Amino acid sequence: MTEVGIKLVFSLTQIAVVLGIVLLTVMILTLAERKVLGWMQDRMGPMEVGPYGVLQPIADGLKLFFKEDIVPAGANKFLFSLAPILALVPALIGFAVIPFGPNKTIELFGYQFQPFVISDINIGILYILAFTSIGAYGIILGGWASNSKYSLLGGLRSAAQVISYELNVGLAIVGVLLLAGSLSLVKITEAQAGGFWHWYVFAFPFPQIFAFVVYVISSVAETNRLPFDLPEAESELVAGFFTEYSGMRFAFFFLAEYANMILVSCIAAALFLGGWNAPYPGTLLPESLAWVEGVMWFTVKVYFFLFLFFWLRATLPRLRYDQLMRFGWKVMLPIALGNILVTSIAAYLFPR
Amino acid sequence: MSGTELLIEYLTRYFPILLFIVIALAFGVVTLVISYLVQPKYPEAEKLSAYECGSEPFSDARMPFPVRYYIFAMLFVIFDIEVIFLYPWAVTFYKIGFVGLVEMLIFIALFLVAYVYAWKKGALEWD
Repeated sequence: MTEVGIKLVFSLTQIAVVLGIVLLTVMILTLAERKVLGWMQDRMGPMEVGPYGVLQPIADGLKLFFKEDIVPAGANKFLFSLAPILALVPALIGFAVIPFGPNKTIELFGYQFQPFVISDINIGILYILAFTSIGAYGIILGGWASNSKYSLLGGLRSAAQVISYELNVGLAIVGVLLLAGSLSLVKITEAQAGGFWHWYVFAFPFPQIFAFVVYVISSVAETNRLPFDLPEAESELVAGFFTEYSGMRFAFFFLAEYANMILVSCIAAALFLGGWNAPYPGTLLPESLAWVEGVMWFTVKVYFFLFLFFWLRATLPRLRYDQLMRFGWKVMLPIALGNILVTSIAAYLFPR
Repeated sequence: MSGTELLIEYLTRYFPILLFIVIALAFGVVTLVISYLVQPKYPEAEKLSAYECGSEPFSDARMPFPVRYYIFAMLFVIFDIEVIFLYPWAVTFYKIGFVGLVEMLIFIALFLVAYVYAWKKGALEWD
């Protein structure tokens, strides 16, 4: 029984740490987004709460926590309450298979543990894709249950958009899976060790640069971020599917959106940019401290993508809905499919 | 590995994930419950009415919506299943060799036939 007990305690600690880091990153992101947008528009961003506004996320969180939760008349109460949870949980549990640092095992009380991944299952990426699909239910149920026209339209738009671009995400990563020969994120990242020319975005025999571009654009669309934020287009739909939401339930949709951003950034880093691997062969720090370097590189890559989200938001205007659907189905999908064809033929001609 | 060992291996690998799902759910539910207990509650008819730019909502929101959304959902289901079929092939690509490559090229050709058909029929148009 002690073995089960020790493993349970270790897993619980890992989950608590990962959840804590994700929620903390969401807090940092809400501030960072407003600051980055502010600077890009020659403003200061939030400045009032704490020095340079650094305590703004805490103030926002507390405010939302103590706000009245309004359930509009005519809403389906059960689904209205279920939807935010259904949006949040899939966004959080995807982090269970993300490798945050080097795949090493430590020995604790005579048992082996992997400190930087909660569970290295061999269907990792499939698990993430399967669960992130459930997030779409949260959005469409929230839109439908509110009994408001804006919410309904926002929910429908969002569902159609999310599933369209999910298809492209699924297609874009096939090339990487083919070269790595595994669905486990740990194995895929390990296969990219030894310098940036081994990262799949540049790798021999066929660089996955097209797949990378398709993946990044599709994941921006999948997380409903600008320039693809049609589900919550302020000028047309007030706030889209969460028009009627207030208080903590609103905060959950917000949290889910940001957690999803972090999740897709982690996947992009792990699949295309070598995850925890440094852009040079080997490590600079001594063997025992190599994990610090690994975690640092992973963090840098993830934050690069997160900054890209803000950058796009500050730069690009919103698309029209027909443009969005045409772009997804008639441009992204053929590119992703062509990438699979070329990659498979190249991989056959130049076996590893 | 024997069957029992394999089962135990799988259980130890997947148990942390189950644990994570339970904890994430609990986090959601507990936060909502605590927030429900501490928040003010002053419901009134005006506040509870659905938002419609200040005017009284003049019909139920659950009305018919364009069939377009449904067509895209159907296309998604069909194509997504085909994409999932590509995964096992991609993972075992280096083991199945030339036969696997040709078979999958035929499969992708069929995928393309369906795609071109949907395009020509105008199912990918949004207007």
